[in-house]
Amino acid sequence: MLAMNYRGPYRVRVDEKPMPQILHPEDAIVRVTRSCICGSDLHLYHGMVPDTRVGMTFGHEFCGIVEQVGPEVRNLKVGDHVLVPFNIACGKCHFCQQGLFGNCHEANAQATAVGGIFGYSHTAGGYDGGQAQYVRVPYADVGPMVIPDWMDPDDAVLLTDVVPTGYQAAEMGGIQPGDTVVVFGAGPVGLMAARSAWLFGAGRVIVIDHLDYRLEFARVFGPAEVYNFREIDDMAVFLKKQTDSLGADVCIDAVGGDAAGNALHYLFGTKLKLEAGSAIALHWAINSVKKGGIVSIVGVYGPTGNMVPIGNVVNKGITIRANQASVKRLLPRLIDHIKAGHINPKAMITHRVPLADIADAYHLFSAKLDGCIKPVLLPNGQ
Amino acid sequence: MTKQMVDTSKIPGWGADADPENDPTYPIRHIEDQKSRGLTWTRPTQQIPNVEILRSIEHNRLPAVIGTSTPPSGLSGAIRRYAFRRSESDWLHWLLLMGADRINVVEGVVEDLTRGKVPNIPGEMGARAEWQHNKTGFAVKAGATAAIAAVLVAAIRGRQSEKSVSPAAPAEPADPDKALFIPY
Ligand SMILES: NC(=O)c1ccc[n+]([C@@H]2O[C@H](COP(=O)([O-])OP(=O)(O)OC[C@H]3O[C@@H](n4cnc5c(N)ncnc54)[C@H](O)[C@@H]3O)[C@@H](O)[C@H]2O)c1
Ligand SMILES: [Zn+2]
Ligand SMILES: [Zn+2]
Repeated sequence: MLAMNYRGPYRVRVDEKPMPQILHPEDAIVRVTRSCICGSDLHLYHGMVPDTRVGMTFGHEFCGIVEQVGPEVRNLKVGDHVLVPFNIACGKCHFCQQGLFGNCHEANAQATAVGGIFGYSHTAGGYDGGQAQYVRVPYADVGPMVIPDWMDPDDAVLLTDVVPTGYQAAEMGGIQPGDTVVVFGAGPVGLMAARSAWLFGAGRVIVIDHLDYRLEFARVFGPAEVYNFREIDDMAVFLKKQTDSLGADVCIDAVGGDAAGNALHYLFGTKLKLEAGSAIALHWAINSVKKGGIVSIVGVYGPTGNMVPIGNVVNKGITIRANQASVKRLLPRLIDHIKAGHINPKAMITHRVPLADIADAYHLFSAKLDGCIKPVLLPNGQ
Repeated sequence: MTKQMVDTSKIPGWGADADPENDPTYPIRHIEDQKSRGLTWTRPTQQIPNVEILRSIEHNRLPAVIGTSTPPSGLSGAIRRYAFRRSESDWLHWLLLMGADRINVVEGVVEDLTRGKVPNIPGEMGARAEWQHNKTGFAVKAGATAAIAAVLVAAIRGRQSEKSVSPAAPAEPADPDKALFIPY
């Protein structure tokens, strides 16, 4: 089969690889119909995540047809078209039992702090991912869900990660009716966070980025007030002026460790790797939220440490809430929202690319060329 | 199970103000569904690893399901094994893994070459997309790459000519398609 093959920072290609095998009685093998590239993949692509091994296949946002099931799989059958949450979760452990499917304890040998994630380095379990024609899906009865007949597969594939992640970002914000919510980052995750903030009753939604084409999209898709941080002198002062000088009720970090906008963080985090990525968006979030406010983090950082103004978290009495999204927990609600027409995720898809062109797709998405918001790979044709 | 060190029933007022509603994690965590504490759940079947798995020392047992992509190998693998003697809380654990990742890239190129495959590095870096959508960027990177290549060639030639006392040949114009790309 053909599969993405990581060769080192900024270098990916497609190669012939062996077919995945059933290795556990709860496994399934899925033939991939759609597979996205995610902002999270860019952290791997940029060489920021420790234990990213040459030869691995990335890809944690995919849907496909069940080709084969292990002897303990009960709910799925061969031929089902399923969407597969990015979290690998057992459904039985202490964490899964509480709906913390992003924090399963039975899916990642290499680390306890992260659950298992498809195609996301050995730090997230060492699973080959779905940017391939076929993929091994562990715990097939827990995560995967048959795509409803009426649902567009383009919406289904976005339900595997960015839609629930953006929604959970807003949910963790504890948004109260009328609250002012600031979302840092106008990528697919930030866009969904802005859209979801309204579902929780926000009174005002502000989106910050530096890419005008994405801000323009956010202005309509959110809909949101949008600002380009390159035109803002001091983020905390600016946002306080926007919010009766007290600060926002809720700030959401939908950027993570690849943040632009600060030379010091760029040097320490992105270049020298002395920090686990550049934490400038989180810094802005902490300093722009009001006292007693909530900072919700879904942006991804490495496992070491970051320079953030933790003293201000104490002094301002800020609550920080953060997690990998628990996709399975949120799916039923989000499917309702799609059915009711409250959200239209597929509008974010800008590029549809054959698997063979994966190197170009990664570069396009990473360098933000050609108005790229969300690229979808088609590993088995249309 | 956590050992109960103090008999809380003897503490005056213990739990008097416990309020399940006062839970900033709700609805992310469902404490009411937390049936047990500790490693006490009914486990899934244990997958038997068919490749070498490096296990975090913070795990007291192998998780039931494991990923089997790209087992550790070569020098990078040896460094990874060493890194896994330290916990996830130890900075060195991660720094060693990052170092191993970089060495692994060189091993990857060597592996390609020994299989008779010369990696098309500009292609792997999306040079075609850069050419189509960012002509200036493409020109700058190709120019910089060619310049570095020319300097390297000149330096090597210079050294050789010092030894052989033959007149230094002019540096060949570097072909940007064959030259290494600079990461953007
Ligand atoms: N927690 C989870 O479960 C989860 C799931 C998916 C993605 N993520 C993370 O969410 C983040 C966003 O993902 P994405 O797919 O939208 O990525 P993306 O790269 O498409 O978007 C990130 C956006 O942030 C912008 N940006 C950069 N620096 C900024 C700054 N200082 N302030 C404001 N905006 C800035 C970029 O221009 C870009 O538009 C990533 O870190 C990703 O890893 C987390
Ligand atoms: Zn993702
Ligand atoms: Zn679990």
